Amino acid sequence: MLTIMDIDIRDLIDEEDDDNQEEMTAQKVLQIVERAWLNEKFSPEILPHQTDYVDCLLEQIKGMEGNLAKLSKTDPKVDLHKLELERIKFVITSYLRTRLKKIESFCVRVLEEEATRSEEDAYLSPAELKFAKEFALNADNHFDTILRHMPHLYNKLDRNKKIIEPNLNSFVFLKCNKHIDSVIIKNTLEGQEEEIVLEDGSQHLMPYSSIAEFVKKGTVQLI
Amino acid sequence: MYCDKVIELLKELERSREDTIPPYNNDGINHVLSEMKTLDAEIIDLLRTQKDNLPLDAIRLRRAAIERNKRCLLTYIWTRIQRLKEMRWEIGAILPSDVRQNLSQSEIEWFNNYCKTLVSYMKTIGPDTGLNLTQDTKPPKSLYTEVRSLVDAGKLELESGEVLILRKNSQYMLSRSQAEPLIRQGVLEQVRQ
Repeated sequence: MLTIMDIDIRDLIDEEDDDNQEEMTAQKVLQIVERAWLNEKFSPEILPHQTDYVDCLLEQIKGMEGNLAKLSKTDPKVDLHKLELERIKFVITSYLRTRLKKIESFCVRVLEEEATRSEEDAYLSPAELKFAKEFALNADNHFDTILRHMPHLYNKLDRNKKIIEPNLNSFVFLKCNKHIDSVIIKNTLEGQEEEIVLEDGSQHLMPYSSIAEFVKKGTVQLI
Repeated sequence: MYCDKVIELLKELERSREDTIPPYNNDGINHVLSEMKTLDAEIIDLLRTQKDNLPLDAIRLRRAAIERNKRCLLTYIWTRIQRLKEMRWEIGAILPSDVRQNLSQSEIEWFNNYCKTLVSYMKTIGPDTGLNLTQDTKPPKSLYTEVRSLVDAGKLELESGEVLILRKNSQYMLSRSQAEPLIRQGVLEQVRQ
């Protein structure tokens, strides 16, 4: 679990970073969640979950709502803080919603991939995994009510026919956070490969598959 | 021709509005299923009677027709549950009776299970009772929103503890989080700025 220093609600709006190196500020956590949200929104496949940060932020929101309730209602700052909290809540719910939508669409695929990963580098949080499994089972049961009336050679559904895969070659806009020496872009039409260098801070448009690993590491940010 | 009926089913679905679900066409589905059985029986019959000189093309054609029927039927029910799923997010766990009437038994079961799965997932998020993901669907531009009441909805307790009485055709300023579910239920209407 992360530890967060007890912060005043003002830190939420202030852009300045605290000089506290050891512990993460709420500002920092918010930044991580916002980045995760953008990446999740623009990437075609599901990314490793950031549930710890989300939980941490929700904990903070709860505390801040408590603080706000204590302040006088006539204070104009209260409404500003409340609006800011609403914005953060939107980011969190939108992030989790986007993930659920991907889990639902690519259910079979996501579960198959998840089965090959160990617990430490799981992409889904335990709750999401449970959701995915139940969703898949529910869909299978529903399909089965019609499949079982079909002639017996045809009353099964092949994995290949029900799987929906994300298009990993779709193009994404990205911004580079760090210098990357070599990114390989495959030209699937001509079967050629091209190697390029990404400068720190530069922006590009390229197929997602070429930079998927950098997105997961956090060296590039999808925009 | 083979597969005509199933295409009709899909067209019927396609022609309906995307936020509605047309009645579950049981007759149509049974018709397609019986066509599949007939085709299957014909294949078996061909295999039995013309062992020496198999009419391969005739068999292939019938197989393809069966596969197509299957694929289209599954598309039909898959598309329907996609729409049902949208409704869970838009309207909530309680479906209006006119929608319910149009569903098959299995679809109602699917919907109930989906609600259960979703709610148990949402309960796990955050520190205490969970987070309702069906709220906060649009980026908030302001804290309050102007709404008009469409019905005499009666008392509404505000977050601050005050009680507001909602009367038909009156306008109110409500906090977004409180107004959103009521707008979706059709009690309130957003007043465009």
